[in-house]
Amino acid sequence: MSLKLEQLSYSYGDHKVYEIQALKDISLEIRSGEFVGVIGQTGSGKSTLMQMMNALEKPGEGKVFFHGQDVWAADFDRKGLRSKVGLVFQYPEHQLFESDVLSDVCFGPKNLGLSPQEAKKRAKEALALVGVEEACYKMSPFELSGGQRRRVAIAGVLAMEPEFLILDEPTAGLDPKGRDEILGQIALLHRQKGMGVILVSHSMEDVARYVERILVMDQGRLVYDGVPREIFARCEQLAQMGLAAPNVTYILHGLKEKGLQVDTDPVTVEEARDAILRALGREP
Amino acid sequence: MKIIHSENLGYEYQSVNEQGEVELAKQALSGINLDIEPGDFIAIVGPNGSGKSTLAKQFNAILTPTEGTLWVDGKDTAQEANTWEIRQNTGMVFQNPDNQIIAGVVEEDVGFGPENLGVPTEEIWKRVAECLKTVGMYRYRKHSPNKLSGGQKQRVAIAGVMAMKPKCIVMDEPTAMLDPNGRREVLQAADELNKKAHVTVILITHYMEEVVYADRVFVMDQGRIVMKGTPREIFSQVETLKKYSLDVPQVTMLAYELQKKGLPLPHGILTNRELIDEIVALARQEKKEPARPD
Repeated sequence: MSLKLEQLSYSYGDHKVYEIQALKDISLEIRSGEFVGVIGQTGSGKSTLMQMMNALEKPGEGKVFFHGQDVWAADFDRKGLRSKVGLVFQYPEHQLFESDVLSDVCFGPKNLGLSPQEAKKRAKEALALVGVEEACYKMSPFELSGGQRRRVAIAGVLAMEPEFLILDEPTAGLDPKGRDEILGQIALLHRQKGMGVILVSHSMEDVARYVERILVMDQGRLVYDGVPREIFARCEQLAQMGLAAPNVTYILHGLKEKGLQVDTDPVTVEEARDAILRALGREP
Repeated sequence: MKIIHSENLGYEYQSVNEQGEVELAKQALSGINLDIEPGDFIAIVGPNGSGKSTLAKQFNAILTPTEGTLWVDGKDTAQEANTWEIRQNTGMVFQNPDNQIIAGVVEEDVGFGPENLGVPTEEIWKRVAECLKTVGMYRYRKHSPNKLSGGQKQRVAIAGVMAMKPKCIVMDEPTAMLDPNGRREVLQAADELNKKAHVTVILITHYMEEVVYADRVFVMDQGRIVMKGTPREIFSQVETLKKYSLDVPQVTMLAYELQKKGLPLPHGILTNRELIDEIVALARQEKKEPARPD
C-alpha cells in the first residue's frame, strides 16, 4: 500500500524562453503510515511534487501509482484519489468560503457523496481532532484567529479521512505555540490512526522533531532520501542547496572542532542537551 | 527628533451594520507608548492576534489611532494632510507578496514606487537595478512576477519598497513564506538598509532567530506592549516568553535546558559562538581538558 512515483518529469511555462523544468526524473515510494518531511529551497519543485501526488497536475513524463494503480490510466478515479491523498495547500485558510465553520468542514465529505448526517459526523470528528471547540461550529470562519482558521482548513481535508495527508508549509505565519499545537496534533493522528503524513517545511527544527524520513529537493531533483540524522549530517551539501541543518547540529560541530569529544548526530534540542552532558561526563 | 513617537496610542476595530450602527467593537491596541530613534533596528514579536499587524498599519497611516497620538517623523498620523508625506517616508512590506505586486514585469513593479514619487527616469532605472541586486533578483528583472515562487515575489516586493528610499521600513512577517536561504537574504537586505543607508527598520516576526540582531525588541500581548529590551534581556526570560506563547532561539533553548540540568551557564545566550565558548571553558574547568586537534 503506497504512493509511488516513477521517473517523473514536469515542465511549465508556455514560452520556450521561460519554460522551467520543475521536476526532473523523480522516483520514490511513500508507504502507508510513514511520516515524511520534504525540504528544499523556494522553487526547488516541492509544491509541484505534492500536486503530482494527488494527480492535480499531470506529469510530462513518468508515472504515478496509488496502491499499484496508474493514476493517469483512463479508468482511474482521480476524484476519489484526491480524498484519499488529502492536500492542504499553503495558507489554506484563504480557501474557507462557507458561512460557518461546520458547513465549511462538511463540504469535503459531502462532495464524496456522503449523506448530510454522515458528513456532519465526520466534520465534527475532524474538528475535534485539530482541537477546534464546539462553540466555534456556528461561527463565521472570519471571526476566528489565524491559527484557528488554519485548523479549520486542515479539518476540511481530514474530514475526508485520507490515507495520506500532504501539508504544504502548514505552520507558516503561525506563532510558536500555534505551530507546536498543529504539528503535535498531526503527529498524534499519525501515531493513532496510522495516517501517512507528508510535511513540506522550511523549518529544519520542525522537520527534525517530527519526521522519520526526509526528502531533499534541489532544482527539480530529488537529491537525498534518508533518516533525519543521515540527512542533517550533510551540513555542507545542504548549505550549497540553500538549506541548513537544525541549529543545534552546528553547535555540536563547533564543540567538536574545539576538541570536545561530543556526538554530532543529534538534531533536536533534547538530544543535543544529552550529548553535551555526556561529553562533559555528566548524567543526561 | 524621534522617527516614531506615540503617547497612549489605542485602536478599536468597529464593524458597522447596514444601518450605520456599531455592531461589534474590538480593542486591538491600548496604551502604547513608543520611542524609536532614527536608524534603530526594532523587532516586534507576539502571538497571533496580539496586535502586531494593527500596530504596523499605524506607522504609515493605513490605520490611525482611535485614542492617543502617533507621530511619524514628527507628523501626527491622524492629520489627513500628513498622510502623503508619512507614506513616502514609511515603506511597508507585508507577509503575502501576492497582494503587493502589481506590474507585469519584475523591473516595472520595482520602478512603480519611485515613478509615483516623480523620480527622474534615469534615476529610477538605477534604483531598480540596485535594489533588485540587493535582494538577489536581478536576473529575473525581465520575468513576469506571476511566474515567480512566493519567496521570489517577496524579494521583489521588498526591492519595490527600497526603491522609494523611505526613512523607515516596516516589515510585517516578510519571511514567513521563505526558505532558510531566502530568509537570510531578506534579513541581510534589511540589515544593509539599516546599517548602510541608515533606514529605520521595524521587523515583525515569529522567528526568534531573526530577533537576535535587533537593537531592541518589543513583545506584544493582547494589544499591549508587555516587554521591552535588548534581545539578551528578553531572551533570558524563557518562562515569561512561554506565557506569551513565544519561544526563544534554539541556541538559547539549548543553553536553558543545560542550565536546568545544572550546568553553570550565563542567562540569555544568543549565539552559537557564545554557547560553544562557555561549554569549552566548562570542560576545561572540570579538568577534562579536551584534546587539541592537530
